[in-house]
Amino acid sequence: MRTSPSLLSLTIDSALLNLSNIADLSPLPDHIVLDLFLLPARTRYFLSSRHSTFESQLPLSFLPDVLRNSEIVLISETCTSLDYRVAISCFSEALYFGIELLFVFGKMSLAIRDDEIDIIIGAIRSDLTSFMNEWRPMFSRFHLIIVKDPDLKEELKIPEGFNLDVYEKSDIDRVVGSSTSVLFSGYACRYFGYLVSRKKYIISVDDDCLPARDPKGFVVDAVAQHITNLTTPATPFFFNTLYDPFTEGADFVRGYPFSLRSGVKCALSCGLWLNMADHDAPTQALKARQRNSRYVDAVMTVPAGSLVPISGINIAFDREVVGPALVPALKLAGEGKFRWETMEDIWSGLCVKVVCDHLGLGVKTGLPYVWRTDRGDPIASLKKEWEGVKLMEEVVPFFQSVRLPREATTVEDCVVEVAKAAKERLGSTDPVFARAAKAMLDWVNLWKSVGSISSSPAV
Amino acid sequence: MATVSPTPLLKDELDIVIPTIRNLDFLEMWRPFFQPYHLIIVQDGDPSKVIKVPEGFDYELYNRNDINRILGPKASCISFKDSACRCFGYMVSKKKYIYTIDDDCFVAKDPSGKDINALEQHIKNLLCPSTPFFFNTLYDPYRDGADFVRGYPFSLREGVPTAVSHGLWLNIPDYDAPTQLVKPLERNTRYVDAIMSIPKGTLFPMCGMNLAFNRELIGPAMYFGLMGDGQPIGRYDDMWAGWCTKVICDHLGLGVKTGLPYIWHSKASNPFVNLKKEYKGIYWQEELIPFFQSVTLPKDCTTVQKCYIEISKQVKAKLGKVDDYFNKLADAMVTWIEAWDELNPSGAKSAELPNGAAK
Repeated sequence: MRTSPSLLSLTIDSALLNLSNIADLSPLPDHIVLDLFLLPARTRYFLSSRHSTFESQLPLSFLPDVLRNSEIVLISETCTSLDYRVAISCFSEALYFGIELLFVFGKMSLAIRDDEIDIIIGAIRSDLTSFMNEWRPMFSRFHLIIVKDPDLKEELKIPEGFNLDVYEKSDIDRVVGSSTSVLFSGYACRYFGYLVSRKKYIISVDDDCLPARDPKGFVVDAVAQHITNLTTPATPFFFNTLYDPFTEGADFVRGYPFSLRSGVKCALSCGLWLNMADHDAPTQALKARQRNSRYVDAVMTVPAGSLVPISGINIAFDREVVGPALVPALKLAGEGKFRWETMEDIWSGLCVKVVCDHLGLGVKTGLPYVWRTDRGDPIASLKKEWEGVKLMEEVVPFFQSVRLPREATTVEDCVVEVAKAAKERLGSTDPVFARAAKAMLDWVNLWKSVGSISSSPAV
Repeated sequence: MATVSPTPLLKDELDIVIPTIRNLDFLEMWRPFFQPYHLIIVQDGDPSKVIKVPEGFDYELYNRNDINRILGPKASCISFKDSACRCFGYMVSKKKYIYTIDDDCFVAKDPSGKDINALEQHIKNLLCPSTPFFFNTLYDPYRDGADFVRGYPFSLREGVPTAVSHGLWLNIPDYDAPTQLVKPLERNTRYVDAIMSIPKGTLFPMCGMNLAFNRELIGPAMYFGLMGDGQPIGRYDDMWAGWCTKVICDHLGLGVKTGLPYIWHSKASNPFVNLKKEYKGIYWQEELIPFFQSVTLPKDCTTVQKCYIEISKQVKAKLGKVDDYFNKLADAMVTWIEAWDELNPSGAKSAELPNGAAK
């Protein structure tokens, strides 16, 4: 039974609807603020903050019943840092009146500056003209590091108009010494870029990948999507069936514990590939005409404790948080210049995941897609290098069984522990593992000496 | 190239379980997809009300009187005035597979505008293996056009049997009451074209609106708890079943999939009513999740029933102190298993129990 509205009640109704536009409640008289937010005794509120605008979406028709009957009412969804202050001031008012306010704060999307990002390309092929031109709309804002595969003899062809630094064999030798530079041959050359970069976020795609289009025909900005992935929390401790809860139009589902809704920092973002998916050589050889045309519109966090083969073809990571854990370690005997002939990224990714799980960091997978061009012949690759597929039978159980000690609290310590375990448990199985373990230790040392200091890049 | 074989209908191996309190008009929209199958309708609420089932469906219907008659004193484990009563349908079914759906769920359209045959997709999900031991970044590797990615060990590519297929919802998303209150206008419009195995060791919030499972593999774990009338909590029935089910699946090496198919969820329930029902659950789930995450089942728990009884013991031991409700729930879990075994004696042909009368 509603009493007819008064001017005050109508004003308060309207204020609630427009709460987003009221940045500062302090000019309001106390009793109005109280009427706005507080209810008769024994009433509690949820205040939930998530996106960057402060909005009240409550249909007013619900409110009067609530005022009478309910114990809990929700007011608003989102908070900027400004509205944090409003919320906190309500909180103290509420406390004064003995009313409990339950705050549920979600993420706030961080604004990233362009100069916090490096795009690092390992040049396995010399002519990067069409690659760079296709990516120009996405790349040109950022600083790029191009690392030339030391085994590549031809001169690099790079179009004009980019802000970039190029590193070649001579640079690698100079910085890390010619004995250690072997770490960076082939696809692993990009790790040199990771080493010398001074930016927080790194995005890396293979030089045979182009921008993809989504089902609506729009070009996918892989850089923007990776940055979004890295700057919104990950949720590794409980699976959200609507996938990324921080994306527009989605949220945590019923049954998702509130204490887990703030998530953890996302350290790594793995993207996917249309056209040539990252299958191994036997699979691609068997399904020679298969091309990936399925665009799965989702990003999700890989749950803690669950390992995943992280392809290096399209990744991004927070270098400050997890840099040393991406290790150029596993070099196959027959390693070559096609992804079918490598497993270095898979080993590296497993190491990153184990470290992230131990340190409470998140790894996401899904969007963005890149378009991976047809290149090479899987059967030829299989003939050249077939051991990698077999080695996974040892590698995956190994990583699944690695337990990092509690004392390993830094990424470097964790990597060293993984290296030790690899040497112990896999070293005798195949010399490639003993070499990988050593490479990991060399990498950590390099990271400590070169990766952490600020040095000006050559060229 | 191998051609895609048509999905078997399994019409004699699958029952559709529908809890209802009002009417079953929604079945008209599902008719093209559901008509071949046998329905088990569990009528909640007032048993004297007559539920009209659309013509042409083969069904059995159970109301509260039937439940009491069939289970006797054990009927106490079946909730009243809550859709949790649907698990009675699982118990009396004689089929291998169950599909359960809410009466406010309709046929959705995929992005091309085509009607989605949800049941067909669930059957596909259940008939093909899961891969819970290593995450495949291209999601379901057995799907047309997909496969395992580089780095996926061949020894894990056979997968394990799939026990549960968890579908999703377009339009009204399955949010809890606080989220509904904050975002009453949000609609799920994102069609994510993927099915994936939930990794071993990872829990998830299982929604009962659009769910299928292999009754033979996991049926006894699908107890939807004590909810509704006379209980301090509601809207956690499917959550409870999901946590128990996942723990048992992980222990027994069975798979749980989530993703496609989508149905169209049409009705947004009143968030304030929901809040009252969920209120305790929202606080309790903070204890329940760590509890389930830490449950370990001994090696000699080799059947679902044994696993379930073991969980009920741990519920009593560790959650009884959170609230006395969990003592009651633990007892109800045992009652459920006793009732399940009575109605589903192993080895014997389960033809003795008469169906509820089709009204």
